[in-house]
Amino acid sequence: MRISLYRYDPDADAAPRMENLELDIPGVGDLMVLDLLERLKAIDPSIAYRRSCREGVCGSDGVNMNGRNGLACTTPVSEVARRGKLTLRPLPGLPVIRDLVVDMTQFYRQYEKIKPFLQNEDPPPARERLQTPEDREKLNGLYECILCACCSTSCPSFWWNPEKFVGPAGLLQAYRFLADSRDTATEERLAELEDPFSVFRCRGIMNCVSACPKGLNPTRAIGKIRTMLVERGI
Amino acid sequence: MTPVASLGRSGLADFVLQRATAVVLAAFALCVLGWFLAAPVNHARLAAFFGTLPMRAFTTLAILALAAHAWIGMWTVGTDYVRRHYFGRRHALYLAIYQIGCAALVFLYLVWPLAVVWGVAR
Ligand code: SF4
Repeated sequence: MRISLYRYDPDADAAPRMENLELDIPGVGDLMVLDLLERLKAIDPSIAYRRSCREGVCGSDGVNMNGRNGLACTTPVSEVARRGKLTLRPLPGLPVIRDLVVDMTQFYRQYEKIKPFLQNEDPPPARERLQTPEDREKLNGLYECILCACCSTSCPSFWWNPEKFVGPAGLLQAYRFLADSRDTATEERLAELEDPFSVFRCRGIMNCVSACPKGLNPTRAIGKIRTMLVERGI
Repeated sequence: MTPVASLGRSGLADFVLQRATAVVLAAFALCVLGWFLAAPVNHARLAAFFGTLPMRAFTTLAILALAAHAWIGMWTVGTDYVRRHYFGRRHALYLAIYQIGCAALVFLYLVWPLAVVWGVAR
Protein backbone atom coordinates (compact mmCIF):
# COMPACT_ATOMS: atom_id res chain seq x y z
CA MET A 1 0.00 0.00 0.00
CA ARG A 2 1.43 3.37 -1.03
CA ILE A 3 0.46 6.30 1.13
CA SER A 4 1.10 9.91 0.36
CA LEU A 5 0.85 11.85 3.60
CA TYR A 6 0.64 15.61 4.08
CA ARG A 7 3.37 16.69 6.48
CA TYR A 8 3.75 20.16 7.93
CA ASP A 9 5.34 21.40 11.11
CA PRO A 10 5.16 25.21 11.07
CA ASP A 11 8.04 25.44 13.58
CA ALA A 12 10.45 23.40 11.49
CA ASP A 13 9.23 23.43 7.85
CA ALA A 14 9.22 26.37 5.47
CA ALA A 15 6.33 24.82 3.51
CA PRO A 16 4.10 21.74 3.65
CA ARG A 17 5.30 18.66 1.77
CA MET A 18 3.87 15.28 0.78
CA GLU A 19 5.67 12.30 2.27
CA ASN A 20 5.55 8.99 0.40
CA LEU A 21 5.30 5.94 2.59
CA GLU A 22 4.99 2.22 1.99
CA LEU A 23 3.01 0.01 4.29
CA ASP A 24 2.48 -3.75 4.22
CA ILE A 25 -1.06 -4.45 5.23
CA PRO A 26 -2.32 -7.95 6.03
CA GLY A 27 -4.65 -9.46 3.46
CA VAL A 28 -7.27 -10.28 6.07
CA GLY A 29 -10.32 -8.11 6.52
CA ASP A 30 -10.56 -4.46 5.67
CA LEU A 31 -8.67 -1.88 7.68
CA MET A 32 -10.04 1.54 8.41
CA VAL A 33 -7.98 4.55 7.38
CA LEU A 34 -7.37 5.28 11.08
CA ASP A 35 -5.75 1.81 11.42
CA LEU A 36 -3.31 2.81 8.69
CA LEU A 37 -2.49 6.03 10.53
CA GLU A 38 -1.91 4.12 13.77
CA ARG A 39 0.50 1.79 11.99
CA LEU A 40 2.32 4.69 10.40
CA LYS A 41 2.61 6.42 13.75
CA ALA A 42 4.09 3.28 15.28
CA ILE A 43 6.88 3.60 12.70
CA ASP A 44 7.21 7.40 12.83
CA PRO A 45 5.89 8.85 16.10
CA SER A 46 6.22 12.40 14.78
CA ILE A 47 3.12 11.98 12.56
CA ALA A 48 0.29 14.08 14.04
CA TYR A 49 -3.49 13.58 13.77
CA ARG A 50 -6.50 13.79 16.08
CA ARG A 51 -8.44 10.78 17.24
CA SER A 52 -10.39 9.65 20.24
CA CYS A 53 -13.29 7.20 20.16
CA ARG A 54 -12.25 5.38 16.94
CA GLU A 55 -15.91 4.60 16.13
CA GLY A 56 -17.42 7.67 14.51
CA VAL A 57 -18.89 9.21 17.65
CA CYS A 58 -16.43 11.88 18.74
CA GLY A 59 -15.84 13.52 15.36
CA SER A 60 -12.11 14.12 15.94
CA ASP A 61 -10.50 12.39 12.99
CA GLY A 62 -12.06 14.16 10.02
CA VAL A 63 -9.46 14.06 7.21
CA ASN A 64 -9.32 14.32 3.44
CA MET A 65 -8.79 10.89 1.88
CA ASN A 66 -8.04 10.81 -1.85
CA GLY A 67 -9.90 14.08 -2.14
CA ARG A 68 -12.93 13.09 -0.06
CA ASN A 69 -13.64 14.34 3.43
CA GLY A 70 -14.64 11.77 6.01
CA LEU A 71 -13.84 10.18 9.34
CA ALA A 72 -10.66 8.09 9.21
CA CYS A 73 -12.08 5.67 11.79
CA THR A 74 -15.22 4.70 9.87
CA THR A 75 -13.87 4.79 6.31
CA PRO A 76 -12.60 1.42 5.03
CA VAL A 77 -9.32 1.70 3.14
CA SER A 78 -10.86 -0.22 0.22
CA GLU A 79 -13.51 2.48 -0.16
CA VAL A 80 -11.07 5.34 -0.76
CA ALA A 81 -7.78 3.83 -1.99
CA ARG A 82 -7.29 3.77 -5.75
CA ARG A 83 -4.87 1.30 -7.36
CA GLY A 84 -3.11 0.67 -4.06
CA LYS A 85 -2.59 4.36 -3.40
CA LEU A 86 -4.03 6.63 -0.77
CA THR A 87 -3.40 10.36 -0.35
CA LEU A 88 -4.13 11.77 3.09
CA ARG A 89 -4.46 15.50 3.67
CA PRO A 90 -5.93 17.68 6.42
CA LEU A 91 -9.49 19.00 6.03
CA PRO A 92 -9.31 21.71 3.34
CA GLY A 93 -9.77 25.39 4.02
CA LEU A 94 -8.75 25.55 7.68
CA PRO A 95 -5.30 26.61 8.94
CA VAL A 96 -3.00 23.64 9.60
CA ILE A 97 -1.52 23.31 13.08
CA ARG A 98 0.53 20.25 12.20
CA ASP A 99 0.24 17.41 9.65
CA LEU A 100 -3.44 16.36 9.71
CA VAL A 101 -4.38 18.54 12.68
CA VAL A 102 -6.29 21.69 11.70
CA ASP A 103 -7.27 24.78 13.66
CA MET A 104 -11.07 24.56 14.04
CA THR A 105 -11.55 28.04 15.57
CA GLN A 106 -13.29 29.46 12.49
CA PHE A 107 -15.63 26.47 12.38
CA TYR A 108 -16.56 26.73 16.08
CA ARG A 109 -17.01 30.49 15.78
CA GLN A 110 -19.74 29.95 13.19
CA TYR A 111 -21.32 27.29 15.38
CA GLU A 112 -21.30 29.70 18.33
CA LYS A 113 -22.96 32.37 16.18
CA ILE A 114 -26.18 30.40 15.73
CA LYS A 115 -26.61 30.09 19.55
CA PRO A 116 -26.66 26.29 19.70
CA PHE A 117 -28.72 25.97 22.86
CA LEU A 118 -32.38 25.91 23.74
CA GLN A 119 -33.87 29.35 24.40
CA ASN A 120 -37.16 29.60 26.21
CA GLU A 121 -38.30 32.55 28.31
CA ASP A 122 -41.22 30.73 29.94
CA PRO A 123 -40.61 29.62 33.53
CA PRO A 124 -39.39 26.03 33.48
CA PRO A 125 -41.89 23.40 34.62
CA ALA A 126 -41.17 21.33 37.72
CA ARG A 127 -39.57 18.45 35.83
CA GLU A 128 -38.87 19.05 32.16
CA ARG A 129 -40.20 20.74 29.02
CA LEU A 130 -42.30 18.14 27.27
CA GLN A 131 -42.64 17.52 23.57
CA THR A 132 -45.09 15.41 21.58
CA PRO A 133 -43.59 12.42 19.75
CA GLU A 134 -44.43 14.21 16.48
CA ASP A 135 -42.50 17.31 17.51
CA ARG A 136 -39.59 15.18 18.67
CA GLU A 137 -39.64 13.44 15.29
CA LYS A 138 -38.78 16.76 13.62
CA LEU A 139 -35.35 16.77 15.26
CA ASN A 140 -34.31 13.48 13.67
CA GLY A 141 -31.61 13.98 11.09
CA LEU A 142 -30.56 17.20 12.83
CA TYR A 143 -29.46 16.44 16.39
CA GLU A 144 -27.08 13.61 15.39
CA CYS A 145 -24.35 15.97 14.15
CA ILE A 146 -20.98 15.32 15.82
CA LEU A 147 -19.34 18.57 14.62
CA CYS A 148 -16.59 16.79 12.72
CA ALA A 149 -16.43 19.66 10.15
CA CYS A 150 -16.27 17.27 7.18
CA CYS A 151 -19.20 19.12 5.57
CA SER A 152 -18.18 22.75 6.11
CA THR A 153 -14.60 22.11 4.96
CA SER A 154 -15.87 20.50 1.73
CA CYS A 155 -18.03 23.52 0.94
CA PRO A 156 -16.60 26.08 -1.54
CA SER A 157 -18.83 28.81 -0.11
CA PHE A 158 -17.31 28.16 3.31
CA TRP A 159 -13.78 28.28 1.84
CA TRP A 160 -14.57 31.65 0.26
CA ASN A 161 -16.38 33.32 3.14
CA PRO A 162 -15.50 31.39 6.31
CA GLU A 163 -16.04 34.42 8.51
CA LYS A 164 -19.46 35.32 7.10
CA PHE A 165 -21.13 32.19 5.76
CA VAL A 166 -22.24 30.02 8.68
CA GLY A 167 -21.56 26.84 6.72
CA PRO A 168 -23.51 23.57 6.50
CA ALA A 169 -22.70 22.28 10.01
CA GLY A 170 -23.73 25.53 11.71
CA LEU A 171 -26.87 25.87 9.59
CA LEU A 172 -27.94 22.30 10.28
CA GLN A 173 -27.76 23.18 13.99
CA ALA A 174 -29.49 26.51 13.39
CA TYR A 175 -32.40 24.59 11.90
CA ARG A 176 -32.25 22.03 14.70
CA PHE A 177 -33.26 24.83 17.12
CA LEU A 178 -35.65 26.54 14.69
CA ALA A 179 -37.48 23.23 14.37
CA ASP A 180 -37.58 22.59 18.12
CA SER A 181 -41.10 23.07 19.53
CA ARG A 182 -39.60 24.02 22.92
CA ASP A 183 -37.50 26.88 21.55
CA THR A 184 -39.17 30.31 21.59
CA ALA A 185 -36.40 32.40 20.00
CA THR A 186 -37.44 31.59 16.41
CA GLU A 187 -37.92 35.24 15.45
CA GLU A 188 -34.52 36.34 16.82
CA ARG A 189 -32.79 33.38 15.21
CA LEU A 190 -34.29 34.12 11.79
CA ALA A 191 -33.46 37.82 12.07
CA GLU A 192 -29.80 36.88 12.60
CA LEU A 193 -29.74 34.81 9.41
CA GLU A 194 -31.36 37.23 6.98
CA ASP A 195 -28.21 38.98 5.69
CA PRO A 196 -26.71 38.11 2.27
CA PHE A 197 -24.01 35.84 3.73
CA SER A 198 -25.10 33.71 6.70
CA VAL A 199 -27.56 31.43 4.88
CA PHE A 200 -27.89 32.84 1.38
CA ARG A 201 -24.30 32.08 0.38
CA CYS A 202 -25.37 28.46 0.03
CA ARG A 203 -25.39 27.62 -3.69
CA GLY A 204 -26.76 24.13 -3.29
CA ILE A 205 -23.47 22.53 -4.29
CA MET A 206 -24.33 19.70 -1.89
CA ASN A 207 -20.76 18.60 -1.13
CA CYS A 208 -21.88 18.64 2.51
CA VAL A 209 -24.42 15.90 1.85
CA SER A 210 -21.90 13.55 0.24
CA ALA A 211 -19.26 14.31 2.90
CA CYS A 212 -21.32 13.81 6.06
CA PRO A 213 -20.22 10.58 7.76
CA LYS A 214 -23.47 10.50 9.73
CA GLY A 215 -25.61 10.59 6.59
CA LEU A 216 -27.16 13.95 7.47
CA ASN A 217 -28.46 16.44 4.93
CA PRO A 218 -27.44 20.05 5.67
CA THR A 219 -28.69 21.23 2.24
CA ARG A 220 -32.23 20.20 3.12
CA ALA A 221 -32.00 22.03 6.46
CA ILE A 222 -30.75 25.15 4.67
CA GLY A 223 -33.71 24.91 2.28
CA LYS A 224 -36.07 24.77 5.28
CA ILE A 225 -34.44 27.85 6.81
CA ARG A 226 -34.85 29.72 3.52
CA THR A 227 -38.52 28.75 3.39
CA MET A 228 -38.99 29.99 6.97
CA LEU A 229 -37.26 33.28 6.06
CA VAL A 230 -39.42 33.78 2.96
CA GLU A 231 -42.62 32.99 4.88
CA ARG A 232 -41.60 35.36 7.65
CA GLY A 233 -40.97 38.08 5.07
CA ILE A 234 -44.44 37.83 3.53
CA MET B 1 -18.13 44.22 1.13
CA THR B 2 -20.90 45.64 3.26
CA PRO B 3 -24.40 44.28 2.68
CA VAL B 4 -25.31 47.86 1.71
CA ALA B 5 -23.63 47.25 -1.64
CA SER B 6 -26.09 44.47 -2.32
CA LEU B 7 -29.22 45.50 -4.16
CA GLY B 8 -31.88 44.72 -1.61
CA ARG B 9 -29.68 45.19 1.51
CA SER B 10 -30.97 41.87 2.76
CA GLY B 11 -30.04 38.40 1.61
CA LEU B 12 -33.69 37.45 1.69
CA ALA B 13 -34.74 40.31 -0.59
CA ASP B 14 -31.91 39.48 -3.02
CA PHE B 15 -32.88 35.82 -2.97
CA VAL B 16 -36.54 36.53 -3.72
CA LEU B 17 -35.74 39.20 -6.29
CA GLN B 18 -33.31 36.95 -8.12
CA ARG B 19 -35.92 34.22 -8.42
CA ALA B 20 -38.74 36.58 -9.41
CA THR B 21 -36.60 38.24 -12.10
CA ALA B 22 -35.59 34.78 -13.37
CA VAL B 23 -39.28 33.98 -13.90
CA VAL B 24 -39.82 37.25 -15.79
CA LEU B 25 -36.77 36.59 -17.98
CA ALA B 26 -37.85 33.02 -18.72
CA ALA B 27 -41.35 34.19 -19.69
CA PHE B 28 -39.89 36.92 -21.90
CA ALA B 29 -37.47 34.52 -23.57
CA LEU B 30 -40.29 32.05 -24.32
CA CYS B 31 -42.46 34.83 -25.69
CA VAL B 32 -39.75 36.11 -28.03
CA LEU B 33 -38.76 32.59 -29.05
CA GLY B 34 -42.37 31.80 -29.91
CA TRP B 35 -42.54 34.92 -32.04
CA PHE B 36 -39.31 33.97 -33.84
CA LEU B 37 -40.63 30.50 -34.66
CA ALA B 38 -44.11 31.67 -35.67
CA ALA B 39 -43.21 33.24 -39.03
CA PRO B 40 -40.21 34.41 -41.08
CA VAL B 41 -38.45 37.30 -39.43
CA ASN B 42 -38.20 40.66 -41.16
CA HIS B 43 -37.89 44.20 -39.97
CA ALA B 44 -41.48 45.20 -40.58
CA ARG B 45 -42.77 42.30 -38.54
CA LEU B 46 -40.22 42.96 -35.82
CA ALA B 47 -41.10 46.64 -35.56
CA ALA B 48 -44.82 45.84 -35.50
CA PHE B 49 -44.36 43.27 -32.73
CA PHE B 50 -42.15 45.31 -30.44
CA GLY B 51 -43.99 48.53 -31.26
CA THR B 52 -47.18 47.56 -29.46
CA LEU B 53 -47.61 49.02 -26.02
CA PRO B 54 -48.02 45.72 -24.13
CA MET B 55 -44.87 44.35 -25.76
CA ARG B 56 -42.94 47.51 -24.96
CA ALA B 57 -44.07 47.31 -21.35
CA PHE B 58 -43.09 43.63 -21.18
CA THR B 59 -39.70 44.35 -22.74
CA THR B 60 -39.13 47.16 -20.26
CA LEU B 61 -39.95 44.81 -17.42
CA ALA B 62 -37.54 42.22 -18.84
CA ILE B 63 -34.76 44.81 -19.16
CA LEU B 64 -35.26 45.90 -15.54
CA ALA B 65 -35.34 42.27 -14.45
CA LEU B 66 -32.13 41.55 -16.33
CA ALA B 67 -30.36 44.50 -14.69
CA ALA B 68 -31.44 43.48 -11.18
CA HIS B 69 -30.67 39.80 -11.81
CA ALA B 70 -27.25 40.55 -13.27
CA TRP B 71 -26.28 42.96 -10.52
CA ILE B 72 -27.17 40.56 -7.68
CA GLY B 73 -25.34 37.75 -9.45
CA MET B 74 -22.21 39.75 -10.25
CA TRP B 75 -22.08 41.25 -6.77
CA THR B 76 -22.26 37.75 -5.31
CA VAL B 77 -19.57 36.37 -7.62
CA GLY B 78 -17.29 39.29 -6.73
CA THR B 79 -17.68 38.83 -2.99
CA ASP B 80 -16.98 35.12 -3.40
CA TYR B 81 -13.81 35.36 -5.47
CA VAL B 82 -12.23 38.77 -4.97
CA ARG B 83 -10.86 37.95 -1.56
CA ARG B 84 -7.74 38.67 0.39
CA HIS B 85 -6.76 35.02 0.10
CA TYR B 86 -6.35 35.27 -3.69
CA PHE B 87 -5.73 38.96 -4.23
CA GLY B 88 -3.63 39.96 -1.25
CA ARG B 89 -3.82 43.15 0.76
CA ARG B 90 -5.31 45.28 -2.00
CA HIS B 91 -8.30 43.01 -2.50
CA ALA B 92 -10.73 45.70 -1.33
CA LEU B 93 -9.48 48.01 -4.08
CA TYR B 94 -9.82 45.29 -6.72
CA LEU B 95 -13.31 44.48 -5.48
CA ALA B 96 -14.29 48.15 -5.74
CA ILE B 97 -12.93 48.32 -9.32
CA TYR B 98 -14.78 45.13 -10.21
CA GLN B 99 -18.03 46.40 -8.73
CA ILE B 100 -17.78 49.77 -10.45
CA GLY B 101 -17.10 47.94 -13.74
CA CYS B 102 -20.12 45.70 -13.21
CA ALA B 103 -22.32 48.64 -12.25
CA ALA B 104 -21.26 50.48 -15.41
CA LEU B 105 -22.04 47.46 -17.60
CA VAL B 106 -25.39 46.89 -15.92
CA PHE B 107 -26.23 50.57 -16.39
CA LEU B 108 -25.27 50.37 -20.08
CA TYR B 109 -27.44 47.31 -20.64
CA LEU B 110 -30.26 49.10 -18.87
CA VAL B 111 -30.19 52.43 -20.68
CA TRP B 112 -29.30 51.27 -24.17
CA PRO B 113 -32.10 48.70 -24.72
CA LEU B 114 -34.61 51.02 -23.03
CA ALA B 115 -33.65 53.73 -25.53
CA VAL B 116 -34.08 51.23 -28.37
CA VAL B 117 -37.47 50.01 -27.16
CA TRP B 118 -38.93 53.45 -26.63
CA GLY B 119 -37.39 54.88 -29.77
CA VAL B 120 -38.73 52.17 -32.08
CA ALA B 121 -42.06 53.73 -33.20
CA ARG B 122 -40.75 57.23 -33.73
S1 SF4 C 1 -23.41 17.68 9.52
FE1 SF4 C 1 -22.28 15.71 9.27
S2 SF4 C 1 -20.33 16.31 8.26
FE2 SF4 C 1 -21.23 18.20 9.08
S3 SF4 C 1 -20.23 18.44 11.10
FE3 SF4 C 1 -22.21 17.35 11.42
S4 SF4 C 1 -21.67 15.16 11.37
FE4 SF4 C 1 -19.90 16.27 10.49
